[in-house]
Amino acid sequence: MSLESKTATLPPRIDLRSLEKNVYEWRSLKNTLLTGLIWFLGIVASIPLFSVIFMLIVEGGTRLDIEALTALPPAGFEMGGGFGNAILGTLTMVGIAAAISIPIGVLAAIYLGVLNPKSQLATTSRFLAKVLTGFPSILAGVFVYAVLVVTMGTYSAWAGGVALAVLMLPTVILAAEEAMKQVPQRMKDAAFGMGCTRTQVIFKVVLPTGLPGILTGVILAVAGAAGESAPLLFTALFSNYYMAELAEPTASLSILIYNFSGMPFENQIELAWAASLVLVMLVLFFNILARIIGRSKFRE
Amino acid sequence: MAYDPFKSDSSDMTLSAPPSASDYLQDSIFRFFALFCALSIILLVAYIIIELGSQAWPAVQQHGIGFITGTTWDVNQSEFGVLPEIWGTLYSSLLALLIGGILGVAIAIFLTQDFMPAKLSVSFRTIIELLAAIPSVVYGLWGIYVLIPLLRPGANWLHEHLGWFPFFGTELSGPGLAPAALVLAIMILPTVAAISADAFRRIPYKIKEAAFGMGATKWEVILKVMLPTASSGILAGLVLGFGRALGETMALAMLIGNMNNISISLFAPANTLASLLASTFPEASQIEIEALMYAALVLLLITFLVNIGGLMIQQMTMRKFEGKS
Repeated sequence: MSLESKTATLPPRIDLRSLEKNVYEWRSLKNTLLTGLIWFLGIVASIPLFSVIFMLIVEGGTRLDIEALTALPPAGFEMGGGFGNAILGTLTMVGIAAAISIPIGVLAAIYLGVLNPKSQLATTSRFLAKVLTGFPSILAGVFVYAVLVVTMGTYSAWAGGVALAVLMLPTVILAAEEAMKQVPQRMKDAAFGMGCTRTQVIFKVVLPTGLPGILTGVILAVAGAAGESAPLLFTALFSNYYMAELAEPTASLSILIYNFSGMPFENQIELAWAASLVLVMLVLFFNILARIIGRSKFRE
Repeated sequence: MAYDPFKSDSSDMTLSAPPSASDYLQDSIFRFFALFCALSIILLVAYIIIELGSQAWPAVQQHGIGFITGTTWDVNQSEFGVLPEIWGTLYSSLLALLIGGILGVAIAIFLTQDFMPAKLSVSFRTIIELLAAIPSVVYGLWGIYVLIPLLRPGANWLHEHLGWFPFFGTELSGPGLAPAALVLAIMILPTVAAISADAFRRIPYKIKEAAFGMGATKWEVILKVMLPTASSGILAGLVLGFGRALGETMALAMLIGNMNNISISLFAPANTLASLLASTFPEASQIEIEALMYAALVLLLITFLVNIGGLMIQQMTMRKFEGKS
């Protein structure tokens, strides 16, 4: 009698099988379907990259020879030719841009990241740098056109370089600041406690320690600038000759691709593909370099 | 000889000597330079706004608000209006946002929710990041010779059979909105994916564990817990991606057709503010340059507003998870 009443108060037995995963249940089915869908979307998203690289190798690879790398761009119906002057122009203008934006950017990052990170000035600068990363690149061209091209009276490599520098600056600042923030506070405190001035702390501790991160950011900014074309459209314009000085219109790979892509001549289109291959190799080289340098930081 | 703190002779004492006067001088000069460089970015933004504003001022006075509602661009009549360009800019960017946004958020989920082994996930992330590294002109070239020929048969089939549907109202004769928007979508995908993935990574792991503990399936966790929690971060990614699409120039100048045309059809040629600048500026006369400066100012204002909005949302999200920082 008492035994029966005891079993009656026990909770009802749970059917353990109902807790097992049932693949045919709608919830599990939905799970499988969505997992399939996301794999599909992931593969779809990576198709363009492979397609672009495949086309560059197939279309551009056949034309890529010494002539293409050194000769001058061909006119209308001419055969042959190349884009040697454009390679030189791109490298020159990226060089000018780097020479302007890296010192200013790193110094600004020192202020934002180390000297006075919480000041009103730092907060404002940081915010504006972020706003500038979303700044349409063509407007950098319009701006530098108004400031430099009009006053100098000519399109020039200088103007192209400055326009690229405007675009590189925020990237350099934000990346360098991020890298310097990773330097442990204790290392800075220790150096400061040894009697270093803030400048010495920065040069002897912060910069060497943050160097891999800063370099990564700088190289990525350089890669981005090398691929830019909109800001060069009316600052450097284009030229069919090797440049003799920095104050004259200058060719660049990206503008050459833009100009040649719409031409009705087979030869020019082939050259546009070859120039794209060179440009993409240049950009990817910088990207991979940045990745290698950045990775060694995390392994420490 | 190894350093021994108990036997240090006096020469070691120089290590802890206080900074000399010249050290202090160097220090203050250096800090002044750093301060000036930090200030330079503020000055740069101000200079850009003032310069573009003053260059555009004659055109602003002459054309006024009619510039934004006008639909013709005629140098000979000196009649300038950018409504078709504003329409094209917004329409192409919204289409790109629709495609790139869905893909971008999907990629963010794919990357952060353990669908792949860690090593594969890293290489996949690299692939998506490299999408952003391909220069925009190269996408333009690819669009002309790969994407347009690929889209044309399908587009024209849609036009023939479903032409009554406004989205398919015209033929895709060559360049047009659809290829331009697709390339734009590819270009904003990495931005959306990176910012959304960041939002997912910020969610404390406990929240996810709790949901799994309740017996939720992986996708129930993602759809009902992770997505709503990360929603403001994803929104920031979408807005910033939209801002990027608005300002993108080269691929659009090459693919959209550069026609002053307001059409809802996906296959019609159109124009955007940025590609108007790219295609018209190099050969423009003085009066046209003033009008183009006005167009540049409009583009500047639109993109700044969108970008600032996106950044605000992003900062609010960060504060939500990290307390006040």
